[in-house]
Amino acid sequence: MLSRTADHLFWMSRYMERAENTARMLDVNYQTSLLPQSEDRARQGWAGVLGISELTWSFQQKHAELTPAAVMHFMVRDETNPSSIVSCLRAARENARAVRGTLTTEVWETTNQTWLEFQRLLRDNGTFERDPTALFEWVKFRSHLSRGVSVGTMLQDEALHFVRVGTFLERADNTARLLDVKFHALAGDYFGTWADDSAPEVDFYHWSAILRSVSGFEIYRKVYRNVIRPDKVAELLILRPDMPRSLAACLNEVVSNLDMVANAQSAETRRRAGRLRADLQFGRIDEILATGLHAYLTQFLDRINDIGAGISRDFLVPA
Amino acid sequence: MKPSFDEMLANGGQVRAHYAGFDRWLKQQPAELMAARREEAEMIFRRVGITFAVYGAKDEDGAGTERLIPFDLIPRIIPKDEWTRMQQGLAQRVTALNHFLHDVYHGQEILKAGVVPAEQVLNNAQFRPEMMGVDLPGQIYSHIAGIDIVRAAQPDGSGTYYVLEDNLRVPSGVSYMLENRKMMMRLFPELFAQHKVAPVAHYPDLLLETLRDVAPASVNEPTVVVLTPGMYNSAYFEHAFLAQQMGVELVEGQDLFVKDGFVYMRTTQGPKRVDVIYRRVDDDFLDPTAFRKDSTLGCAGLLDVYRAGNISLCNAIGTGVADDKSIYPYVPKMVEFYLGEKPILENVPTYLCREADDLAYVLDHLPELVVKEVHGAGGYGMLVGPASTQAEIADFRAALLANPSNYIAQPTLALSTTPTFVESGIAPRHIDLRPFVLSGKSVQMVPGGLTRVALKAGSLVVNSSQGGGTKDTWVLEA
Repeated sequence: MLSRTADHLFWMSRYMERAENTARMLDVNYQTSLLPQSEDRARQGWAGVLGISELTWSFQQKHAELTPAAVMHFMVRDETNPSSIVSCLRAARENARAVRGTLTTEVWETTNQTWLEFQRLLRDNGTFERDPTALFEWVKFRSHLSRGVSVGTMLQDEALHFVRVGTFLERADNTARLLDVKFHALAGDYFGTWADDSAPEVDFYHWSAILRSVSGFEIYRKVYRNVIRPDKVAELLILRPDMPRSLAACLNEVVSNLDMVANAQSAETRRRAGRLRADLQFGRIDEILATGLHAYLTQFLDRINDIGAGISRDFLVPA
Repeated sequence: MKPSFDEMLANGGQVRAHYAGFDRWLKQQPAELMAARREEAEMIFRRVGITFAVYGAKDEDGAGTERLIPFDLIPRIIPKDEWTRMQQGLAQRVTALNHFLHDVYHGQEILKAGVVPAEQVLNNAQFRPEMMGVDLPGQIYSHIAGIDIVRAAQPDGSGTYYVLEDNLRVPSGVSYMLENRKMMMRLFPELFAQHKVAPVAHYPDLLLETLRDVAPASVNEPTVVVLTPGMYNSAYFEHAFLAQQMGVELVEGQDLFVKDGFVYMRTTQGPKRVDVIYRRVDDDFLDPTAFRKDSTLGCAGLLDVYRAGNISLCNAIGTGVADDKSIYPYVPKMVEFYLGEKPILENVPTYLCREADDLAYVLDHLPELVVKEVHGAGGYGMLVGPASTQAEIADFRAALLANPSNYIAQPTLALSTTPTFVESGIAPRHIDLRPFVLSGKSVQMVPGGLTRVALKAGSLVVNSSQGGGTKDTWVLEA
């Protein structure tokens, strides 16, 4: 298949996945903000939303004050913010349009319809602001639909494999960022215990919010049958291969899809992806926490970024 | 202006025989139902993304530049005998034009015989000296031709078909022909049970066959691609659609490169050789090393590969010299010169402003003529005398006098009309027809073509860029 086509497919699914994860994060933060909590804590939550996407600086260029409404506006409907949901859905649709001939009719129409509908939802003034959760749910389900339609209708050839690589590379990145920011918010770094061990342990709401943002609350209960503890949350979202949004699960998908598209120059990228997967497969949470969660996740993000660059070089924009 | 020929209603308002079945059906449809169907059609077109981009335009909310081409629910119906005759005429005309192109780039017999003035051809900006002596497979230049046909009323009330324009470079619109049919069958399946409408859906098959027919002779299993300027081109939907329907890659210039005398595309599995390019990029942009240097839409070195016979381009480079409006008046003579036959399809009488007598006549009759730029397209740069203000005519006269050879003029034909849904109900609107003629090992076409309709009352300009719409086109088999 054309390299450019593969590139568009890869980014189509990345942007759709990013839109979903942004919606998840905003929704959890919005829901949490409805709970009684200190003003400082609430601010921290909204600042975290910007921090995850490395958007603090560009937000400050446009908004003097960090308010929930301003953050929501910036992350949902601001077209000048390349990571806002509106920008992601537009980019997903533009990438799909560039290769609509390669997609099944259903995949193209789903992506196009999502974009058209979303614009309509934003135009209906105040609908989103009155009930943000309804909009976030809608974005999540459109993303589910896109993924389902891709898997359910596309030929299982290279095109689908690049779509899948895009989805899971993006998801690995997003989950890692979410974890990093949420743990970071409570302490400079997390080594499995807290300096002031009274504070976070009791904060059921903080940890359950992280879990909910990755549809992991019920899964946690099922897996651990225990109260919510930060080290277990980290373990679930990093190492559990059966948790669909964990880093381990994402890397499994990245590697198996990369195997399907291997070409003459992709061996090194495949090796690096395989090594990262092995680290997750055989890693232990106490070891990870002993080196520090923040350090671990920073390094993970670097490695994901490096794999993305390798895929680009080997397949998508060869010299 | 003379009264127009109505495709559906004879003088006196009687419904013509080939429209009788449709008329009965239409009268039974409640207005609300038809309105609902129109909305449904629009919704589907938007969801499917059958849109065209308007250069420099913005929607009210400043968002997109993608527009729908309005689709009218009343089909244009052509009786079988009329189509049979037209089809013969189209094949004859396109064959003669391909002979002409081959001749112009080889022996130039027609110029030596004085049938077409040599300077008209050799000094034409569309004449490509690079193509002199280049031998093409099957000696075909315009593999895909769109011939614009209009019908005008005669004094006795009958209608005559005329060729208004030959489009031999990169004619577009065929995807609308196919989508319009799909839409009609989806909205009104019962109509197709009641009428024997000749199918058109096999067009992509014929197109692929044509493209494979003209691959370089040494290639057994040719790799065919469609070359598009990209997703911001107004016809992008069509490029993607045709590539998908034929099951071939849709490439952009950046996907192609030349190495060791062949053209390759960049794929995830390394370079892959390309043998036939159905290019939807103009000559000027095809090869920055040979034509426009600033072009990013083409592939450097393509012309050399082409001249060496290692790639086939459809259409060929240099076809513009035969569809130029200054060459158009000579096409009937080409038919006689190359084929020894009488032309089946008529030309519209045309005044060449480069000739003093003709210019004098045109200047005297501007308010009743249509004046066109020789190289213009898309309904831009033309004057429709009867529909223009005095000021517009005065402006145009100045432009005309400044550069007479840049213009031709024709009598304002009262294009035929068909009933069309408009705001106030159903009213006659002017239409034309663009059949698509494919030339490979043989000349083939699907019955009918794209019918365009001018939606503004009285307007004769059917181009989509000027607010035109489209209709499904039926050729009845019985």
